[in-house]
Amino acid sequence: MNLQSISNFILPILVLFIVFYGFAHKVSLYDSFTKGAKEGMELAFSIFPFFMAMIFGVNILLKSGFFDHFFLLLKPLFNFLRIPIEILPMAIVRPISGNASFAVMVDLIQKYGVDSFLGRLAATLQASTDTTIYVLTLYFGSIGIKKSKYAFTAGLLADMMALFISIILVRLVFY
Amino acid sequence: MMNYLWGIFLVVGIIYSFFSGNTSILSKEIIEGPKAILDLFLTMVPLMVLWSGLMNIAKEAGLLKRLTRFMRPFFRLIFPELNPDDEALDYIASNITINLLGIHNASTPFGLKAMKCLQEKNPNKKVATRSMITFLVLNTGGVTLIATDILAVRSSYGSLNPASILVTCVLATFLSTCFGLLMDRLLYERSKKRESSIHK
Repeated sequence: MNLQSISNFILPILVLFIVFYGFAHKVSLYDSFTKGAKEGMELAFSIFPFFMAMIFGVNILLKSGFFDHFFLLLKPLFNFLRIPIEILPMAIVRPISGNASFAVMVDLIQKYGVDSFLGRLAATLQASTDTTIYVLTLYFGSIGIKKSKYAFTAGLLADMMALFISIILVRLVFY
Repeated sequence: MMNYLWGIFLVVGIIYSFFSGNTSILSKEIIEGPKAILDLFLTMVPLMVLWSGLMNIAKEAGLLKRLTRFMRPFFRLIFPELNPDDEALDYIASNITINLLGIHNASTPFGLKAMKCLQEKNPNKKVATRSMITFLVLNTGGVTLIATDILAVRSSYGSLNPASILVTCVLATFLSTCFGLLMDRLLYERSKKRESSIHK
């Protein structure tokens, strides 16, 4: 059995496990589920203003074409570090928008082949980190934090490192 | 910081579009964007609702406490300021678990609840605490065992072995998150030193 078919079992088994465990500990399953779900729904809708604000801001910046020129500025640096230049747009967009970087990943896979170096690098980079700025603004925004101190620095340093680590790993594992 | 960042995104984007000639795209975005954002949001909500329900069963059955206890050595290492029985840790544990399974959007309610718990004990409601930042770095590291969406793309583009990518994916997110936590610790020490030198 390969990894992928194993992964198909994980979620059903987890749900089964939770239900069994709840049953064994005499939790009234349906009541408990609906109570949690209601809370989750209220929480989910309470973040919509922050979600709207951030995604709107990010979309304006992405669609203005600003990054098309920003890439050119960073090009020498990437060449110097011997990072394949094709990955640059994705690396920059990754901390800002998960959807945008996912779209760039699909583009790269389409263009260079799914099992090419770039195709594999794009997939690894997409998985290597979550959308730092989105998570930060959403979480801190919703609880009213105004001063995030060194959170941005730590998150963005980790994102930068994620790029280097992805490149090294793809080289080591596949080539 | 957030106010500046958001302002900068909008101002830079709009002014830049005057030069790049993308104004029509932006104008379309301002009119049609919010609807698309709502659609995106609505695709995430059902998963959040479903997993909030399931995790509530896990919570009431005591499963969450067990999970937290299992992660305790790790928590003690990265959250030295939190009491091991802190309720926030239960939510952090659920958040990590759901992220590990690759159901990212479903983990948001637990992340928010964890943040709310941490905020209750925060003496200065406007400034992030050390534990909040550590949790944020942990969360944005996004350690995932099975990146289902990426697997799906790789299969649909005819990869010979779609799942082969999981090795590099898991290692990359694990290592970069460790690096993030290390940076978090170093930056915290630095900010502590600065604060104490100001008080002197």
